[in-house]
Amino acid sequence: MSSKFVMKGMIGFYIALFFLYLFGPLAVMSVTAFNTPNYPTAYPFEGFTLDWFVKLWNHRAMMEGLWNSIIIGFGVVAVSVPVGLAAAIIMNQIYHRARGLFYLVTVSPVLTPGVIIGISTVIFWKDMMGLTEFTKATFYKGIILSILGQSSFVAAYALLIIMARLQRFDRAQEEAALDLGASHPQVFWHILLPFLKPALISASVIAFLSSFENYNTTTFAILADKTLVTVLAGEVRQGTTPALSALAVIIIGISLIGAIIYEVMKRREEYQAERAKERAKLAERSDLADAAPAGLK
Amino acid sequence: MSSRLVVFLIPIVVIAAFWLMAKAEKKLAHDPTHKSFFERNGTVLGLTFILLVAFWALFLVVLPYLYMVVESFHPKLPPMKRGGPEDVLTLEQYKSFFITPSDNTWNTNHMGAFVFTIVTSVVVTAVNFAICYPLAYYMAQAGTAQKVRLIMLGLIVPYWVNEILRAFSLRLLLASKGLINQALMGMGLTDKPLDFLAMDVGLYVGLSYAYLLVMIFPLYNAIESLDKNQIEAARDLGAPWWKIHRDVVIPYAKPGIASGCTMVFMLAAGSLAAPQFLGGPSTLWFTSVVYDFFFQAFNWPRGAAYAFILLAACIAFVMLMLRLFKVSLGETIK
Repeated sequence: MSSKFVMKGMIGFYIALFFLYLFGPLAVMSVTAFNTPNYPTAYPFEGFTLDWFVKLWNHRAMMEGLWNSIIIGFGVVAVSVPVGLAAAIIMNQIYHRARGLFYLVTVSPVLTPGVIIGISTVIFWKDMMGLTEFTKATFYKGIILSILGQSSFVAAYALLIIMARLQRFDRAQEEAALDLGASHPQVFWHILLPFLKPALISASVIAFLSSFENYNTTTFAILADKTLVTVLAGEVRQGTTPALSALAVIIIGISLIGAIIYEVMKRREEYQAERAKERAKLAERSDLADAAPAGLK
Repeated sequence: MSSRLVVFLIPIVVIAAFWLMAKAEKKLAHDPTHKSFFERNGTVLGLTFILLVAFWALFLVVLPYLYMVVESFHPKLPPMKRGGPEDVLTLEQYKSFFITPSDNTWNTNHMGAFVFTIVTSVVVTAVNFAICYPLAYYMAQAGTAQKVRLIMLGLIVPYWVNEILRAFSLRLLLASKGLINQALMGMGLTDKPLDFLAMDVGLYVGLSYAYLLVMIFPLYNAIESLDKNQIEAARDLGAPWWKIHRDVVIPYAKPGIASGCTMVFMLAAGSLAAPQFLGGPSTLWFTSVVYDFFFQAFNWPRGAAYAFILLAACIAFVMLMLRLFKVSLGETIK
């Protein structure tokens, strides 16, 4: 069985290499955030410092950009999740010959290069909002255009996520509620939405994250404003400073914490599901025990 | 503005056509149990759904795309002259892709950038497939549930760090003062630092690194649903491992492979960050050309024309590949 052993070793080596490729650059960058030289250096380690984090905190443009990114992120969630939900519902009911075209139109932004989405958004809305002075002054702004541009493809993500869950929805529930006199909005609020809740939550999270880290579309749509990512891009283009590494360390820290929380929650969920199953089994057994004497009587 | 108004007519015509077809079909096949859209969803909700989706499909997707295409057939004019007599339809922007307007010679610069972009994207797609396939296979078929979840987390965490910072981290590694050059020089393999960025090594590594995840998940999803017994059967019948992959796993996972490759190719060809931050000084990526038309030359129509050329080429290429590998587009986007 030595060949199997060799195979196992090779797989292990390959996975190790893969993750070295994935994490290596990030690890090296993290080290540079704590090293003193002006040029981000990992080796030799000349001295431990937290100055770069302070520099980052005092970087006004970056903080401004962060604020804009958060606003845009929430805007994109507010637009794309309801739109994705509506599209998922319509997808099932649309005239069957139009379904293919509808699918193509709504999912095409996922495959379209982000650069092109950004350009088309700016060209189109510049003329639309330029129709009157009022709309131009009120709406022709980087934040609004970014929300519109990003929503075009983020809504498609939301559609795909929500549709996957909607396909498991039992329409008999809806019919039953309607027969018992519930109104359509009531059915929607009390039956459909609670059923879709997990999908809506994950769609919101994905929408926020993909908005937050989008570069290709935003760099065009943001016009003269800035987001965290466009500020970063400007910084990287100009040169390199360990303050950028410091930012990356913060982001990596947050995502590690997020990952750990996710893992813990998942384990607890599994544990509870197991417990519930056992309890159900026990209950069933006691039901039978109760029922048996009654049957004998 | 008249040529631009056509853009608004197209969706109206398409929707009207489908509407009439639906009406006609309903009349032919009379079905009393059929409920109309508003009977099924209620008037208020039904109307809300339609408005939301119409806003998205028309104002965020179809109209901007069409508008961009129409814009690319117009000359570059100062804002005052837009809609005036000089605002005519023209092919000048597309011509300028082939022939430089200023001196009437072949525009080798831009055509070269275009070819380079497409070829590099193909190479990156192939490399990513080669890197990701073994891991996807391991996750889908060989690993235990616990291990797979850990790998999955390990895959996702680095991707929370955004594209720009990931490119930055690679630049730190590959720079002339970077760790890799330090190591090479320390081992005495080279006496002066290698300029990885100018050699486009940075570009290739950056693009491949950026889209690993996009390749691995479709592959994983496709291979995961393959019945383990099929592999066992092939093995019992004496097939060597490479034959199992060639004749059992890969044909089965074809839609996933097509999906992953399509996504990586499109994303790589349309990427902006990796070429901007990791490309050599003389490397010209096509989206960077488009970017410069917008932000340096302020020539939007020409930028739009170039963007459309890129989009059309990418779609044509993907369609060709799907046809070659006999996969339908519907299977690809799931």
